[in-house]
Amino acid sequence: MEKNLKTQVLIIGGGATGAGVARDLSLRGVNCILVEKKDINAGASGANHGLLHSGARYVSSDPESAKECRDENRRLKQLAPDCVEETGGLFVAVEGDDEKFIADFPGYCDNIDLPCRQIDISEAREAEPALSDKTIAVYEVEDASIDPFKLVLENITDAQKLGCKFFRHLKVVKFNKTGNNIKTVNLVNKNTGETMSIEADIVVNATGAWAGQVAALAGTHIDLIYSKGTLLITHSRITQRVVNRLRPPADADILVPGGTVSIIGTTSLRMESLDEIKPTVAEVDRIVGEGASMMPVLETSRYIRAYSGVRPLLGGGGKGDDRSVTRGFDLVDHAKDGIENFITITGGKLTTFRLMAEKTADLVCSRIGVSAPCQTRKIPLISAHETRWAVPGFSPKNWFNSHDKDDLLLCECEMVPQSAIEEIVGYFDIFDKHADLNGIGKRSRIGKGSCQGNFCSLRIAAYLYDRDHLSSDQGVSEIKSFLNERWKGQRCLLWDTPVVQVELQEAMHCGFFGLELNPDS
Amino acid sequence: MTDINKIYSELTIIGTGMAGMAAAYFASKNKIETTQIGINSGIIYSSGFFDLMGVHPIEDRKTWENPWQAIDKLVSDIPDHPYARLGRSNIESAMDQFMEFMNEAERPYMVRKNQNTKVITPVGTVKSTYGVPRSMWAGAVALKEKHPCLIVDFWGLKAFSAKQITDMLMPRWPGIRPLRISFPAVGPSSDLYPEQMARSLEIEANRIQLAEAIRPDLGDAAALGLPAILGIYKPRQVREHLEELLGVDIFEIPTIPPSLPGLRLKEAIEAKITGRGVRLLSQKRVLSAAQNTDGTFELSIGDRATSEIQQIIGCNAVILAGGRFLGMGLHAGRKKIREPLFDLPVFQPEDRALWHQTNFFDPRGHQISQAGLEIDDSFRPTDLAGKPVYDNLFAAGSILAHQDWMRQKCGAGLSIATAYGAVKAFKKLNIEHPTSNIEF
Ligand SMILES: Cc1cc2nc3c(=O)[nH]c(=O)nc-3n(C[C@H](O)[C@H](O)[C@H](O)COP(=O)(O)OP(=O)(O)OC[C@H]3O[C@@H](n4cnc5c(N)ncnc54)[C@H](O)[C@@H]3O)c2cc1C
Ligand SMILES: Cc1cc2nc3c(=O)[nH]c(=O)nc-3n(C[C@H](O)[C@H](O)[C@H](O)COP(=O)(O)OP(=O)(O)OC[C@H]3O[C@@H](n4cnc5c(N)ncnc54)[C@H](O)[C@@H]3O)c2cc1C
Repeated sequence: MEKNLKTQVLIIGGGATGAGVARDLSLRGVNCILVEKKDINAGASGANHGLLHSGARYVSSDPESAKECRDENRRLKQLAPDCVEETGGLFVAVEGDDEKFIADFPGYCDNIDLPCRQIDISEAREAEPALSDKTIAVYEVEDASIDPFKLVLENITDAQKLGCKFFRHLKVVKFNKTGNNIKTVNLVNKNTGETMSIEADIVVNATGAWAGQVAALAGTHIDLIYSKGTLLITHSRITQRVVNRLRPPADADILVPGGTVSIIGTTSLRMESLDEIKPTVAEVDRIVGEGASMMPVLETSRYIRAYSGVRPLLGGGGKGDDRSVTRGFDLVDHAKDGIENFITITGGKLTTFRLMAEKTADLVCSRIGVSAPCQTRKIPLISAHETRWAVPGFSPKNWFNSHDKDDLLLCECEMVPQSAIEEIVGYFDIFDKHADLNGIGKRSRIGKGSCQGNFCSLRIAAYLYDRDHLSSDQGVSEIKSFLNERWKGQRCLLWDTPVVQVELQEAMHCGFFGLELNPDS
Repeated sequence: MTDINKIYSELTIIGTGMAGMAAAYFASKNKIETTQIGINSGIIYSSGFFDLMGVHPIEDRKTWENPWQAIDKLVSDIPDHPYARLGRSNIESAMDQFMEFMNEAERPYMVRKNQNTKVITPVGTVKSTYGVPRSMWAGAVALKEKHPCLIVDFWGLKAFSAKQITDMLMPRWPGIRPLRISFPAVGPSSDLYPEQMARSLEIEANRIQLAEAIRPDLGDAAALGLPAILGIYKPRQVREHLEELLGVDIFEIPTIPPSLPGLRLKEAIEAKITGRGVRLLSQKRVLSAAQNTDGTFELSIGDRATSEIQQIIGCNAVILAGGRFLGMGLHAGRKKIREPLFDLPVFQPEDRALWHQTNFFDPRGHQISQAGLEIDDSFRPTDLAGKPVYDNLFAAGSILAHQDWMRQKCGAGLSIATAYGAVKAFKKLNIEHPTSNIEF
């Protein structure tokens, strides 16, 4: 295996921003490598609300961000239609909400030419029966929902087809400098312990909340504050449109629908470290309580998953609510800090990921003397064949159409056959053939159905052994880490039926198999 | 209301899980007139292994060769554990008698005197248990003696990989090999289910075909392991015939739940218990329970799905063996854990935030597993002051507090022993209530 690689641009961070930069540069013909310490969307890109902001949320607090959102919202609806669901959005106030804020809202929207239409309350409640009978004002905006997994998978897959290399499980641990330049970057595979070194003309730090840590490795500084946000996914879809609470940003004031579910959140908690980013029972109860004042059904809805992400917010941060800190992005050319070939891009939003990538790629190209202009404003992001298993609903449809009886269903809840598993394992990069269940989970629907991985983890592990994708005692750690990944999202939502399901899971995996006694390999 | 059928019973057992079944057996053995009610239970999910006591303290992952020493240590460390209410001689009698019963029910179990036995699980881990179904025994022996061994699996049978099992075991058992074959005599279906395979093997010709398919690869193997598919009704005949055909010891490895060993247990025990005179209302649910002024209980019975009352049972005493959340003996709401039938006090963590650890496999186990009914020495659920809530209500099995059968590896043992304790306490208290004013 080749342990030393060379490239024009090394991009660190497999979230939306890094993926966007990889695609942008690849479209301009620049040779690049994208590395990610875990797997795609391990950071905020896999733990956000999935709201393609119209900008209305920021009209009062941050009109510049609002404008960026407004423009990117329209662009992504055109350029990445397969990743976007054009739901439309509402801003809704209920009794007790600040009257002045409600009255000023349309004016703020007008200031930046943001379409915003007041609608009749009875009309709104007819269209969205889940709205509270205490609703006092409703405005319609151009919000939409966006699938962050599909978005990032598509960007990376497209970049790979254009020649970009993507490596999972590779963590940047050291920068080796000569003079004012980073010469090589040392990386470690966290599964195998193997090391690698990459030589690049330019290094892009797109590590989101970790940007400060990575900058520090390079001997420079980025000032970030961490704000944790927690979200809950409901078992069924609550509304057709995005629903925002018409008040200054606070807990649990946005509900975003997508496919067959809705997502309610968020909270905002200042964190000192990035180590323990998990939802808590207190946050869950708070979200349910607050959300219910806008949509009472949320009090009794069934929830299938809770998750938390961290917003890296720029600049030391003030006293007030972290949500009032700018959502703009920060593109830092570290030449000013004495490192000529190091660039950091952090902050921002999923909605503006393409713009962030464009600005970053512009800077990179100006450095390496590439004059090709940005293509991502024009070339649409077409769904790739490789990403189809991640799309909700694809597997069952495929199954009913294909009728291949030898192609056994390994995930019976989401109807994922063994051929899909085999295909996905084939996409794993050449340096990391290790067939991890979590990696398969990011690229398909396994574990996301009602068994939450209890049974499919066992069927898939057995299959991977049969196909020599797993050997010795790897299966035990695979099953354990897959179930633990699901567990993170279940733990705070365990009451009623889910408690029954996890008891069965524990009876099987601990009571019967004794997996808790087996050390991880 | 006149068309609702009312019956009377001296003792009613709520639950048809391991604990309910054991209680029914001990009650019938003691000639107690018994009615038993329940829906599906953990039994059909069970592996067939009878754990007695395997791990303590769980946070140290300490496994024990001798279950009795483990119980001694457990009882001294955790005096509230249900085993502490029994003492070794009671637990021993309970286990011995139940094993005898399993023998009678033609589902014989093998036990090493005062010793746990290591057995193979479908994911290739090795587990310590106490009672081993006879059909799995040769696997335990082969594992212990490291005999040359062939593990066979089948195209189309999901979640059972001989390769996985042998890969996992190879470091400690070099003489183990995998073999994959096509299962004979099941039509062109490529998705195989253990029950369908087991039915097919009840037919002699199919066993001969299976033996033919394995024979060429038998090599030096002295033992042969197969997924648990060797018959449903006549597992012994199926296995012995194959042993005779192939000339090696044959054993089953349980498949993932719900598996045949669980189903076989359920069918055999049910048949045997009803044969002994227990009135079994299976697939029925107790909808509500009330105490009459004379102290007897009145239970309303309905279907599993509807809440329509179909039958009333009057009884002198109840053994509640409703299980935990899976069995529905306990219910966890967003704020609190409740016992839904009698609204008995449930010992539980103060706050939902404490129910579950952040790591699913945390060796300490989850605090919610310690929740349940607290009991007195007569196995009667107690109130906060430690007094029995009812003189004539007993509890047994996993519904009890201060135990974690999943982590301590004491599932079947706990159910059997506490059922024994509850029946014994019922007998000792010799509950007699006036029944004259009840209409039947
Ligand atoms: C709770 C929450 C809700 C949000 N909701 C929305 C919303 O509705 N709409 C919207 O537009 N935006 C939303 N956002 C913002 C949006 O999610 C982020 O702005 C965006 O995902 C950031 O992407 P990124 O690629 O910059 O960072 P990330 O997605 O965090 O990616 C950084 C990656 O770098 C990797 N990494 C870190 N260190 C290293 C290293 N040493 N070596 C290699 N790799 C490393 C990490 O593993 C991670 O995968 C939300 C954010 C949060 C937290
Ligand atoms: C996946 C799995 C694996 C296992 N593996 C092992 C193993 O390896 N070794 C081992 O020793 N044991 C194992 N066990 C079995 C375990 O021993 C028993 O499940 C456990 O002891 C609990 O038995 P129980 O009878 O207390 O509860 P359950 O089996 O849960 O039975 C409860 C019963 O109460 C009934 N009930 C509850 N409420 C009502 C009501 N209102 N009306 C009527 N009926 C009611 C239910 O219908 C059910 O029949 C396993 C169990 C499971 C689920």
